[in-house]
Amino acid sequence: MEEKAILDIRDLHVWFRVYEGVSRVLDGVSLYVRGGEHVGLVGETGCGKTVAMKTAMGILRSPPALFPQGQVLLAGRDVLKAAPIELLRMKGKTISMIFQDPLSALNPVFTVGQQIFDVIRFGHRWIRDDGALTKTKVRGIAMEALTSVQLPDPRRILSLYPLELSGGMRQRVLIAMALVNRPRFLIADEPGSALDVTIQAQILSLLKSLVKEAGIAVLLITHDLGVVRETVERVYIMYAGRVVEEGQTVEIFDDPKHPYTQGLLSSVPRLTGEALAEGIPGTLSDYTEAPSGCRFHPRCPQAMEKCAQQKPPMVKVSTKQHVACYLYHGGGG
Amino acid sequence: MRFSYFVLRRWLYSILVLFGLSILIFIIARMLPGDPARLALGPFALQEQVEHLRHVMGMDKPLPLQYWTYITGIFHGDFGLSFQTRRNVALDIAHYLPATVELVLMAIVWVLVLGVPLGVLAARYKDSWVDNLVRVMAFIGVAVPPFVVGLFLQLTFSYLLGILPTTGRLSLMTPAPPLRTGLLLLDSLIEGDFSALGDALKHIILPSFAIAMTGIGQIARLTRASMSDVANQDYIEASRGFGIPNRVIAFKYMLKPASIAPLTILGLTFASELSNAFLVETVFAWPGLAKYGIRAILRKDFNAVMGVVLIIGLAFVIVNLIVDILAGYVDPRIRIKHEEGE
Repeated sequence: MEEKAILDIRDLHVWFRVYEGVSRVLDGVSLYVRGGEHVGLVGETGCGKTVAMKTAMGILRSPPALFPQGQVLLAGRDVLKAAPIELLRMKGKTISMIFQDPLSALNPVFTVGQQIFDVIRFGHRWIRDDGALTKTKVRGIAMEALTSVQLPDPRRILSLYPLELSGGMRQRVLIAMALVNRPRFLIADEPGSALDVTIQAQILSLLKSLVKEAGIAVLLITHDLGVVRETVERVYIMYAGRVVEEGQTVEIFDDPKHPYTQGLLSSVPRLTGEALAEGIPGTLSDYTEAPSGCRFHPRCPQAMEKCAQQKPPMVKVSTKQHVACYLYHGGGG
Repeated sequence: MRFSYFVLRRWLYSILVLFGLSILIFIIARMLPGDPARLALGPFALQEQVEHLRHVMGMDKPLPLQYWTYITGIFHGDFGLSFQTRRNVALDIAHYLPATVELVLMAIVWVLVLGVPLGVLAARYKDSWVDNLVRVMAFIGVAVPPFVVGLFLQLTFSYLLGILPTTGRLSLMTPAPPLRTGLLLLDSLIEGDFSALGDALKHIILPSFAIAMTGIGQIARLTRASMSDVANQDYIEASRGFGIPNRVIAFKYMLKPASIAPLTILGLTFASELSNAFLVETVFAWPGLAKYGIRAILRKDFNAVMGVVLIIGLAFVIVNLIVDILAGYVDPRIRIKHEEGE
């Protein structure tokens, strides 16, 4: 709905045809990211974050994925209806992504150079005003990109195979590849979460400075609330394929409204805390037989009769905070 | 480049293997019951004649000495005398080997032009009727003995349809091209003799296909598994995310990693083709080394048996070495692992 939204997902449903029937993984997700804005998408593993991201990138395989309802607008164009060539154009110019696991996201039998050159070459077709692309020029762009992610000796790295690089270096290479065509929007799927904590911190601060410098909008997908608090301005909380709460990061952390968000925040272990974190009892539901009504109600400590019957719509609880919970529907009715 | 050390080491191991093979086959040949000299001379030869032949053949000397004489002979190109042909086994091998080489090479061609594309197709249209058809064909290829396939092919294409010849390498009426490599296809091509080329092709189609059936099945199944495995890898998704066109992903980013497993199995395919050749050459009266070897085994012509086994062992070693080098070339993981693992 926002005027300048670069990504605008509206009531997106994604189903998967599986052996047991139809798995309704995304059930009406709406979210948007404005140009230059940094937004977080938080939820536990398996809640549909990555599916949402892959749908936005147009790389979810269909079949088995089905898109029965909803729109994914990327810079105003519907990704779900775009022709393949149109999608390639978007990926070259507008959107890029950083994958979860740097160890498996690089092709093991091609050198870093071969892989990044192709990304430049196929992305560059869409930039008209830049003249012909010579081999030397491609090489120059690639070296520049590797330098920008603070990799030493980029010339040598171009000739190496992924397995000759450490995890942190591979993550840097992937960041370089993601940013080399100067996208306006970046989806980062748990960047660095496969690496050890100190490296992850380095990667995140590097990423932060790079996107800030270039004014790139970011959708950060993570289950790490600490990372969210430090990096993004606005946050979406997802549970079992639905957005349950949305708001400014500060607000959500200070005054979480949805019982799930409250549980999520209380499950973070604190150094100052007296007892161990509480956590939320129960597990994420099975998507082929998802609970009726609010999908969180079987685990919710404040569940009401109504919660099992009807899906709660999003309501505004303050100027910038929305929540999908009946507790806030006119005094808990 | 350290990879060359790896290759060199493989070579040295291979030579050791060949030595081991020669000792093993030598002992087996001498330990078998039955006196080769008696068999060669027939039941009516006098005991003195048999003793004389044993002496001439050096069979009255102690085994290690016999082995030493044999193995030093090989280095001078002397494989000992064959009882059946009364020629040096080296000459026999030189005479029969090209026919088998031609047959097996042709079978490899079948495997590559049929097995690989069928596997790719099956992976592309996974779980569709194409995939099921390829899978059934692959099972048949692996399960049915090649000589049965050979008989079936003869029955269909030669007897019922009458479009391909049953046996031999060339028709009686076709003059053979001048002997250069001994591979008829190659020789007639060099000579520019296209009628001989066509005739030789007609003759080689059925036996080579019968030999290749197992390999086609194996390679098709492996290529299918390998392609669909690679298709699910994160890095393929990443390539799509980075806006690489599908065509480039399929033929560059998928095909190369997916070719490694079939490539490494190709050495084994070659071995299975050689063993298939033993019966198929007999079915098609193909005058090759395998047929010669079968006869040698049946008549206990032990110099010939040993010569054939050693040559086949050598061929096996060479093919696997080539496969190793190719695999190291395609897959940097193999190369780098060996470079670091010194």
